[in-house]
Amino acid sequence: MERREVIKVDHVSMKFNLSSEKFDSFKEYVIKSIKGQVSVEAFWALKDVSFQVYKGDSVGLIGLNGSGKSTMLKTIAGVLKPTKGTVTVSGSVAPLIELGAGFDMDLTARENVFLNGALLGYTREEMTRHYDDIVKFSELENFMNVPVKNFSSGMVSRLAFAIATIGVPDILIVDEVLSVGDFRFQEKCEKRIQAMMKEGTTILFVSHSIDQVQKICNKIVWLDHGVVKRFGDAEEICNEYRGS
Amino acid sequence: MSTYIKNFLKFRPLLNELVARDIKIKYRRSVLGVLWTLLNPLLMMVVLSVVFSNLFKFDVENFPIYLLSGQVMFTFYSDSTTSAMSSILGSASLIKKVYVPKYLFVLSRVCSSVINLLASFSALILVMLAMRTELHYTIFLAFIPILLLVIFSLGVGLLLSAITVKFRDIMHLYSVFVTALMYLTPVIYPMSILPDWMVAVVSANPLTNYLTMFRDVMLNNTVFGMGSLVIGIIEAVGALAIGLYVFYKSQDSFILNL
Repeated sequence: MERREVIKVDHVSMKFNLSSEKFDSFKEYVIKSIKGQVSVEAFWALKDVSFQVYKGDSVGLIGLNGSGKSTMLKTIAGVLKPTKGTVTVSGSVAPLIELGAGFDMDLTARENVFLNGALLGYTREEMTRHYDDIVKFSELENFMNVPVKNFSSGMVSRLAFAIATIGVPDILIVDEVLSVGDFRFQEKCEKRIQAMMKEGTTILFVSHSIDQVQKICNKIVWLDHGVVKRFGDAEEICNEYRGS
Repeated sequence: MSTYIKNFLKFRPLLNELVARDIKIKYRRSVLGVLWTLLNPLLMMVVLSVVFSNLFKFDVENFPIYLLSGQVMFTFYSDSTTSAMSSILGSASLIKKVYVPKYLFVLSRVCSSVINLLASFSALILVMLAMRTELHYTIFLAFIPILLLVIFSLGVGLLLSAITVKFRDIMHLYSVFVTALMYLTPVIYPMSILPDWMVAVVSANPLTNYLTMFRDVMLNNTVFGMGSLVIGIIEAVGALAIGLYVFYKSQDSFILNL
């Protein structure tokens, strides 16, 4: 059976201009333009990256720090627009990139559930339906009316994880998040991710823990300085990665 | 085009949540809460009308109402554009992490200001009742200048927010500009005290037109002329078109400058 292609990354390159070209003030801009100092020091975070992800796959992105993993995820999530090439994504994307980014610290946990849900594109009715589930999963029953600024970082990430994984999104992007929370909660998260995979959710997973990647993923994209070094079955590449 | 509309509909709940958040945060931990949107313009008006009816005497009938109506419109403009200006910068942490249509942040700030505007408009009506000013049927037409001003401010807000991401100077410059603009709009003084050359300058200010239209229907029991309506529409739509154009051109590079 031919499986549906859900993510297609087609010759994507991403260029960043390093700080020499970033101005905070107009004066600086004018002076530097006159002096001819607007040097464009280009940095290619991704160079001609191509791969496809099919429905139901769980793809791990591995590589050293600065190899372009997060940039890749951000282009897939639609936050960054690639300088060259295209990323085609079909279906809903639930980004787990840095948990709690969407929280307003002054609002209570309850209010944040609805705000964050709206950020992910859910309506208020849908959120009301999922509300009890979120509270139960995050184990914060007694704290829902407390402003989030008084939460510990573990509580924030528990809440954020519970919100991001409601329903069954077509694509779930997980970026280093399973390293938060205690051992027991990590296990709970992994279980939930695996349950979603059974429902047919495609997972994009970034982690430095190669064991975790091997446990969850069946395919791997190995990035090295913005270039795809290997793309293929998890088992084989994991062993190779460990050896390098 | 249809993808834009679809995208907007998908994120419409977010607009509600953002506006609700703005209002909640603003009045959290204050005893009177939302009542302040009503009290604020009232107190402001008391101060201004005491100052201006004793220190500087203008020959205006019913000066407190004249002043308050100017205040309502101008405060909306300065509030909405100032808060819209910093909306993209203020949501930097979000924009970097999640995909959300970015104009929503600007739109939500303008919407919260509209809520404040409705409150201060009610305050104006209350004062008019309290001072036993005659209320005319033309008041129902007040929504036209208000709507035009909202569209105009949204356009200016979009433009400012996009430029501010690149040049932070605008934030400091704009507060001075707004102060200057207030004196170039007949908020506290009547047009009749101006020398001829100033009349031309003040009339060129789009806000003057909206304010005059507003006062015509609120106070003077007259309906604004077709000419000022057409000019008002052109200015509002023009501002929105420029704002949208600049915003769309530069929104993909926001993340690189945040």
